Amino acid sequence: MNLKRFNWEPYLLLLPSALYLVFFLAWPMFQAFGLAFQADDGHLTLDYMQRMFSDVMFSAALINTVKLIIAIVPLQFILALVMALLMMERLRGSDILVYIYSIPLAISDLAAGIIWFSIFTQRGYLNSLLYGLGVLDKPFLFLNYQSNWPFAAIVLAEVWRATSIVFVILVAGLQSIPRDYAEAAEVFGANWFTRVWRVTLPLLRPSIQTALILRTILAVQMFAVVVAIAGRGMTVLANEAYRWYSEYRSPHLAATYAMFILVISLGTAFIYLRALRVKEEMVL
Amino acid sequence: MAEIHVESVRKTFGKVKAVWDVDLTVHDREFVVLLGPSGCGKTTLLRCIAGLEQVDQGRVFIGQRDVTDLPPRRRQIAMVFQNYAVFPHLTVFENVAFGLRMQHRPKDEIKKRVQSAAELLHIENLLDRYPSQLSGGQRQRVAVARAIAVDSLVLLMDEPLSNLDALLRLEMRAELKRLLREIEATTLYVTHDQVEALSLGDRIAVMRDGQILQYDTPLNVYDKPADLFIGGFIGNPPMNFLDGEVRTEDGRLIVRTGGGEIYPPPEASAVLSRLKEPSVLVGIRAENIETLSAPAEDALQATVLVVEPLGSHNLITMQLGPEQIKVNTDADFQAQPGQTIWLRLNTDKIRWIDKASGRALDYDVSPQS
Repeated sequence: MNLKRFNWEPYLLLLPSALYLVFFLAWPMFQAFGLAFQADDGHLTLDYMQRMFSDVMFSAALINTVKLIIAIVPLQFILALVMALLMMERLRGSDILVYIYSIPLAISDLAAGIIWFSIFTQRGYLNSLLYGLGVLDKPFLFLNYQSNWPFAAIVLAEVWRATSIVFVILVAGLQSIPRDYAEAAEVFGANWFTRVWRVTLPLLRPSIQTALILRTILAVQMFAVVVAIAGRGMTVLANEAYRWYSEYRSPHLAATYAMFILVISLGTAFIYLRALRVKEEMVL
Repeated sequence: MAEIHVESVRKTFGKVKAVWDVDLTVHDREFVVLLGPSGCGKTTLLRCIAGLEQVDQGRVFIGQRDVTDLPPRRRQIAMVFQNYAVFPHLTVFENVAFGLRMQHRPKDEIKKRVQSAAELLHIENLLDRYPSQLSGGQRQRVAVARAIAVDSLVLLMDEPLSNLDALLRLEMRAELKRLLREIEATTLYVTHDQVEALSLGDRIAVMRDGQILQYDTPLNVYDKPADLFIGGFIGNPPMNFLDGEVRTEDGRLIVRTGGGEIYPPPEASAVLSRLKEPSVLVGIRAENIETLSAPAEDALQATVLVVEPLGSHNLITMQLGPEQIKVNTDADFQAQPGQTIWLRLNTDKIRWIDKASGRALDYDVSPQS
């Protein structure tokens, strides 16, 4: 083959996904940017941003989003890690675990929200169960917006729904670590905990990074589960974007919220990339 | 240091008998090599001793202590892995120090021990580097340093040189021998490389199909292989095996082979005379055959097929009666293909092998000491 000839093949193969990204991600993002910082007559403005920051719901949405992330992501990470490590111990029947753990992956977030809503609602499964068992003599109002129950229900639903994605990433990462390292650690005196802490986790770092970035970004964008379970009772950033678009008919403010979510997502990704950075020389 | 003692150990994987009723004793400060073709169970046996595999049956003792049910970390062993298994996220210093840190040794002791292990392996100027910044040979040294830095009872090595290139392997082999002599470690060393086994071991245990066939000094394993397989597996070229027919003429025992006759020495004659069947295999190494340019009473006539000059000597393939035979000659030996030559076998060095069982006739059936 002529080495000087330009090789189009790889670019051709990349083209479909590149086109997809341009039309469905880059272009809408660019448009949203325009909506957020451009008035209807075309001049640049910071009005929408000021209105977002001074909106009564803004701080509640932001605080709720952050609180949910802090509650959900570490819990999911620890659960997924324990599940993945358990899986790697190759105990009898542990192959089935991967299928069981992965089932929620196939369920959409809205469906998951509705499932958990039907568990916690006034005439839901939980109340029926507790009433049937005689624990309660009348249904308990779990999803009362003045209590912490809706928050807990959302955390539960999210943990149930999305822990498996973290699990799958961690299992893939664990499987790519040669067994030799664990065996060497064992021979040289490490017990299970030390082995995991001093050898497995450091080597798993790239997968941990990917899992955390993915999970946190998805948590920043959390929407359907919150709507399904808490309805109007609780708001998060994505709900506000939706509300400004559909109820107040203000694409500008909706876009401003979207931009804000984007900035937070980028920020968290950046923080994880820095904090869990794997030094080049540490990769064999 | 201590001795390793393995008693009727069995390990199966599904239906595969990886290790089958193996007994083995490695004396204190002895260097024993487990040698065998791939799949013979040598690595599995080593891993059973390390505790990385659970035995199905049998006991494992390290330094008089029954460790069969103990996890690896409680067996006081050190191990060098085939793929080195040096931790990529730790510096060379931390790699070598790993075992000591696990034992919670004081800081200055760790530093001193790492330093001296590193000096023994000439890696003291690499202590701040990460494994990815080292060559294969250097990583190998780190793996060995990590193993000798800890106070272990025994040292287990699983094909430690097999991932190095040929030249480096030669260099490391000599260095390992020096090092292990120096630190007087009880060592069990697994390899499929017979040269490595011969050059390193105080004793060699030859394994096949999960069992130890012969356990003896390198010289004995080479000169007096217990059976057909070992004679063929060890040595380059492998031992020649010729069909022989035992008969008595004029009250004297002779063996007809290679289109001629050979006269076994008295001790061999005694053994051969007890054979029920008259057929036997004549095992002879290429260097124990003398080439003559003229016929002689005790020489067999052969035709040269191929001459391979190997620098230090020539390897000649010859047609001897119905069979082919490999012969080593001096480097200045001249021969042309098709030329007729006479071969005199050194009868003192012949291995007489029972054709039915494949075992050497004079070989003691209990190979384990």
